Amino acid sequence: MEFESIIGLEIHVELATKSKMFCACSTRFGEEPNTQTCPVCLGLPGSLPVANEKAIEYVIKSGLAVGCDISLYSVFHRKNYFYPDMPKNYQISQYDLPLCVNGHIDLDMEGYETRIGITRIHLEEDTGKLIHVGGAGRIAGAEYSLVDFNRAGVPLMEIVSEPDIRTPEEAKAYAQKLRSILLALGVSDVSMEKGSMRVDANVSIRPKGSTEFGVKTELKNLNSFRSLQRALAYEIERQKKAIEAGEVIVQETRHWDENKGVTSTLRTKEYAHDYRYFPDPDLVPMEFKSDWIEKLRAELPELPDERKQRFMKDYGLPAHDARLLTEDKPMGDFFEETIALYKGDPKFVSNWLLGDISYYLNTENLEIDETAITPRHLADLLRLIDQGVISGKIAKEIFPEIFETGKLPQVIVEEKGMTQISDESEISSIVDLVLQENPGAVKEYREGKERALGFLVGQVMRLTKGRANPQLVNRLLREKL
Amino acid sequence: MAISEKDVKHVAWLARLALTDEEVQKFTQQLDVILEHAGKIAELDVENVPPTSHAIPIRNVFREDEVGVCLAPEEALLNAPKKENQSFVVPRIV
Repeated sequence: MEFESIIGLEIHVELATKSKMFCACSTRFGEEPNTQTCPVCLGLPGSLPVANEKAIEYVIKSGLAVGCDISLYSVFHRKNYFYPDMPKNYQISQYDLPLCVNGHIDLDMEGYETRIGITRIHLEEDTGKLIHVGGAGRIAGAEYSLVDFNRAGVPLMEIVSEPDIRTPEEAKAYAQKLRSILLALGVSDVSMEKGSMRVDANVSIRPKGSTEFGVKTELKNLNSFRSLQRALAYEIERQKKAIEAGEVIVQETRHWDENKGVTSTLRTKEYAHDYRYFPDPDLVPMEFKSDWIEKLRAELPELPDERKQRFMKDYGLPAHDARLLTEDKPMGDFFEETIALYKGDPKFVSNWLLGDISYYLNTENLEIDETAITPRHLADLLRLIDQGVISGKIAKEIFPEIFETGKLPQVIVEEKGMTQISDESEISSIVDLVLQENPGAVKEYREGKERALGFLVGQVMRLTKGRANPQLVNRLLREKL
Repeated sequence: MAISEKDVKHVAWLARLALTDEEVQKFTQQLDVILEHAGKIAELDVENVPPTSHAIPIRNVFREDEVGVCLAPEEALLNAPKKENQSFVVPRIV
């Protein structure tokens, strides 16, 4: 039987405000445990929350950026449940009157386009952090746990998609696109690694053509875009096999094990999901004027889709390049700053950014603004290639050093004596030497084996430590042969 | 009856209250009276009355996004029954 999968994502994003959602404690990440708490975020009796206006603004801007309707009247609710990471035994969240509803994100899947609906975006507060002691640090098997409330009360935005996603690839593309939009807005640092972006996936399958939904499972512990895609692919296969074997899918939460590449039932205490939401009496309702919302709309920066179109139009880049360069705001900024300095072929800049530089960043797991390289480095490097001072190959070789030391390319080239040899007489004498020493290859070439030329070029490059101008070597070899 | 003993037990569990059988009976009767009283509102036509969550018509009480002073960790942990590594210790969760 042919199945199709139905996927919906719930994405939590910590907002980049300086202070917490309902109190003035700092939101700084990575501080010593319990150094950023106060009576409000510890839920001490008698304390009163007051909403952070900036966080509300950030959520509304996010909603506007993904085409949501903004609620002119919105309310905070209490979501009641017990868990040790939550000091008040309720989480301040939103229920039937969220800040934003009915948005969407359009995905370019390179081959087809698809629109993923956004049901709602609401604002809530984050919980504390648990560290499990014993049982290898996993909750199951731990002897006891430590609670750090620094994160408790940090503004958290939840973005709920419609179940419009059909493949693990679309799920990944949706999450990445959302991240790039939020990054452009500057409302969060949206780092999956630091936990400021957390993705949960709901997935079910059904026979193709059916309009009913199957039983869904919820996947947790998806700590990267890659694990999101892998976990969904695994879970879809698991459900298919189970259904084909006549088993029943159980609605449950499953934990993704990145190392083993499998999902398994998450053992938690039985929960009746009976949150008894009610309006928080400590927080008064919010009412927004349309002109204030329009003012926020006018403040929106250029978003990735607009920037992609501009890169294609202004720089003549192919859609693929434009999409990749604008997915990441710092990458797009780097591209534009390099162009401004270099003034050469934009496609050349794009090739370097999406090729060697991206490769290095992925290997080292860094963002472009976390390395020593600046647009000036890349502009200078490309100019050195254009001027024939160094070859593309040498440029690739000195790249790691630029990343690590931040030295300008011309300095490295001089220090290492890597300048390209473009002096015809100098190369000519080396070519002569190579021809003399390799009569076998010369013979083969003259007998029509084009391949032998490559070998001879290689020999010249070896003798010049890669510094000979390749075009010149090729021409001289052909002439002399 | 507006509420059953089963409902009371359920609500008690949600609030993590351990009730004796006598208490369940007693609270069922009391809650029944309360719910019956609150149920009087159903006799009125409230079709066009928005739900009231706050008695006073105040809107938009916000604060600026500014960092203030926090508690020192030893103050924050002052009432913790158990502490370790400057953190609250809680019993095993699952």
